[in-house]
Amino acid sequence: MDGLFSIVPLIILAPFTGVLINVFFGRKLMPRRDSVAPGVIASSMAGFSFLIAVLMFFALLANPAGAEVPVLTWINVGDGDFTLHIPWTLKVDTLSSVMMLVVTGVGTLIHIYAIGYMHGDIDEKAASRGLEGEEALDFKRRRYARFFAFFNLFLGSMLVLVTANNYLMMFVGWELVGLCSYLLIGFWFDSPEKNEAGQIIGVLNSSAGRKAFVVNRVGDFGMLLAIMLIFWSFGTLEFDDVFARAECMIEAPQAECLTLSAAELAPQGEGEAAAEEHGEGEARALTTPIALGPFAPTLGVVVTAITLLLLLGATGKSAQIPLFVWLPDAMAGPTPVSALIHAATMVTAGIYMITRSNVLYAMAPVSGMVVAVIGGATAFVAASIAVAQFDIKRVLAYSTISQLGFMIAAVGLGGYIAGIFHLATHAFFKALLFLGSGSVIHGMEHGHHHAHGQGEHHDAPHGEDERPFDPQDMRQMGGLRKHMPVTTWVYIIGALALAGIPPLAGFWSKDEILLDASLNSTLVYILLTVAAFFTAFYMGRQVFMVFYGSERTEAARHAQESPPVMTIPLIVLAGLSVVGGLINLPVGGLHPLGRWLEESVANAHIASFNILVATISTVLALVAIGLSYLLYGRKPLEEGEADPLYSTGPVFTFLNRKWYWDELYAAIFVRPYNRLGDFLANAVDWQFWHDFVHDRIIADAFQGWAAILSRPIDLGIVDGAVNGVAQLVESTSRSLRRVQTGYVRNYALAVLMGVVAILAYLAIRFLV
Amino acid sequence: MLNETVFLVPTSYFVILSAVLFSIGVAGVLLRRNAILIFMSVELMLNAANLAFVAFARSLLDQGGQVFVFFVMTVAAAEVAIGLALIVAIFRSKRSTDIDELNSMEG
Repeated sequence: MDGLFSIVPLIILAPFTGVLINVFFGRKLMPRRDSVAPGVIASSMAGFSFLIAVLMFFALLANPAGAEVPVLTWINVGDGDFTLHIPWTLKVDTLSSVMMLVVTGVGTLIHIYAIGYMHGDIDEKAASRGLEGEEALDFKRRRYARFFAFFNLFLGSMLVLVTANNYLMMFVGWELVGLCSYLLIGFWFDSPEKNEAGQIIGVLNSSAGRKAFVVNRVGDFGMLLAIMLIFWSFGTLEFDDVFARAECMIEAPQAECLTLSAAELAPQGEGEAAAEEHGEGEARALTTPIALGPFAPTLGVVVTAITLLLLLGATGKSAQIPLFVWLPDAMAGPTPVSALIHAATMVTAGIYMITRSNVLYAMAPVSGMVVAVIGGATAFVAASIAVAQFDIKRVLAYSTISQLGFMIAAVGLGGYIAGIFHLATHAFFKALLFLGSGSVIHGMEHGHHHAHGQGEHHDAPHGEDERPFDPQDMRQMGGLRKHMPVTTWVYIIGALALAGIPPLAGFWSKDEILLDASLNSTLVYILLTVAAFFTAFYMGRQVFMVFYGSERTEAARHAQESPPVMTIPLIVLAGLSVVGGLINLPVGGLHPLGRWLEESVANAHIASFNILVATISTVLALVAIGLSYLLYGRKPLEEGEADPLYSTGPVFTFLNRKWYWDELYAAIFVRPYNRLGDFLANAVDWQFWHDFVHDRIIADAFQGWAAILSRPIDLGIVDGAVNGVAQLVESTSRSLRRVQTGYVRNYALAVLMGVVAILAYLAIRFLV
Repeated sequence: MLNETVFLVPTSYFVILSAVLFSIGVAGVLLRRNAILIFMSVELMLNAANLAFVAFARSLLDQGGQVFVFFVMTVAAAEVAIGLALIVAIFRSKRSTDIDELNSMEG
């Protein structure tokens, strides 16, 4: 079976092939408006990758140790003591295999869904721009092919990230997915969100993309510093070598460990594992000095610094406090993008990275605690914000941040299995919820067009519409259960799974995280439990507001169920959300995922099931859902009625304004930065450099010198010399001209006088 | 054939005559306005030179001077031919042979 590992590069090659096909031929593959070829190509490439991932899974069943498959040598410099050797080697082990399966599996379903969704979305955008006929077709060709090219590029990049065997290749994937995120958030970069009065509402897509990119830069900067520090301290970037050397340095001096490689260490693996068991519990003082230029901090300090910097990277990519602000705005992207990138896969990169670095985190308990507290705080803050949002996708966005906080908290507390488990189940149900919300938006837009007739709705706004139509505003929905039955049912399944109702997937994974938290940190446990309560409440609120009660707008009254290409992936994801918990069922000491991950995550520990924790969380979830029923289900909102939460006054405003987090950042960072930029541009660049240095000093000095050179020197001396010669010649010739009279006699006289003079001279000579 | 019985005119007489003739020629050229008269004065100067040539040829017993006179006469004949033709042409266009009126090439 080992030979099977060698085909793993195909998993990355396939999506990149799809990118090339769609970039170069995508438009030609769409002869008609309803052509789906680019989407089918992209989806089949994603499906092929999934097939490879499944094959890797079976190969790992036979040989759980996994393999490293070299593709090429990327960087190879230096010799002797200092070498930098960065291969592009794909690491197939149980951890990366879980990520591959989730990324390609959920990815494939979302690709298929996008085939249908993007058709509607692009048609809608084309109509809103007034494009018709050939123009609309051309617009559609470009955007449809571009979308799937970006989508496949993202999938390939994410696989580069999860299959990397060293920190630098992981960083390459990390940046690539960030790029794809930027490109896809700004997919409608040229369409401002306008209401019917022509005012701009909501976030411009391109500025949302920019915000995501800039905020992620902050995290990536920390990640890059961590990578440099790792190389400086351990002399390598390959995961296994880094970890082996780090553990070696606990006992031995740094210099002895720098040549160590994991491959040599392999035979001692058993002994090391034993030492691990032995060392657990007693906090070891990591006092080995590490030579870093002029400094020699202890190993403990270095590892803590590395792990905290890695955490900064994770807070950027996985949208944690303090860098989570980009994710809600990222919902400006098309809904499949929100589902795939900003819910299921890319944002989990931080959790994957921390799990991958578990050896380092195990050596730095302080960092672990910081990670856990950040995760817990994020889970709580984001869940509370989600309670007070009206945009269907924004609720899910804050929910995603909150759930990522759960995962981060889990890995911070050492519950790597719980974290990855929740990562997988969350990918199922959050992708389901996002795609479901996409289906709702699709139906609402359809209903809006239907209700407003063809063609005239642009200039004849309906009187009964109090606020401009927004297909994502939950206040304008209601009663969609009657119009979109499939979407309703899968959405409810996703919501229950997210709320943590047994026996759905979310219950098992969330419960395992809560269990880890209850054992390790009361603070984090309380934060997460409250967050779980909020989670159940806002999902109940959302379901009742969207699907129950009566329709609050014409659009909702005319909403239509989405086509099968969209609903079938939803049904599959709903099935996964129901049974997803089976992959790590704690009953009877099974824990399949735990046993699976133990092979590659050195510090994994399998938590046992605790009926008390499970009961508390389940009861709280049911209470929260009951509360949401009391507020939103028993007496549904009527047209134009205000949300009952408004009665809480400033609390609601505070949550609705997202704890004023954006305003805080605007005050602390954005405005001072803009002022600084303004100062640098106006005062320093324009007034000082341009007006003063360039204009006053350089230009004026130049002009002064030029004036001296031109007037006195060039005009006076050079021209004076030339003109003087000319004047001399002229005046001489003027006086000489009088000699030339034209009278032959004068000339003859001159000749005579000359002769006389010569004769006189000769005579005088002769005589004297 | 010539011997001591022959009365020899001293060479200095010829030279003085030649100088007088030449001076008359120069004066004619400088003072006269009529082109033909100037022309004639030039001829006078040429012939004064011829006289000097011949005189010195006799005095020095060198035939070269006499030979040279023939050349001068030939050149003078050619000069007359050309010069008179020019004067006739000028007269035809200007109706005058006054050289003071022929100043169109004045600088």
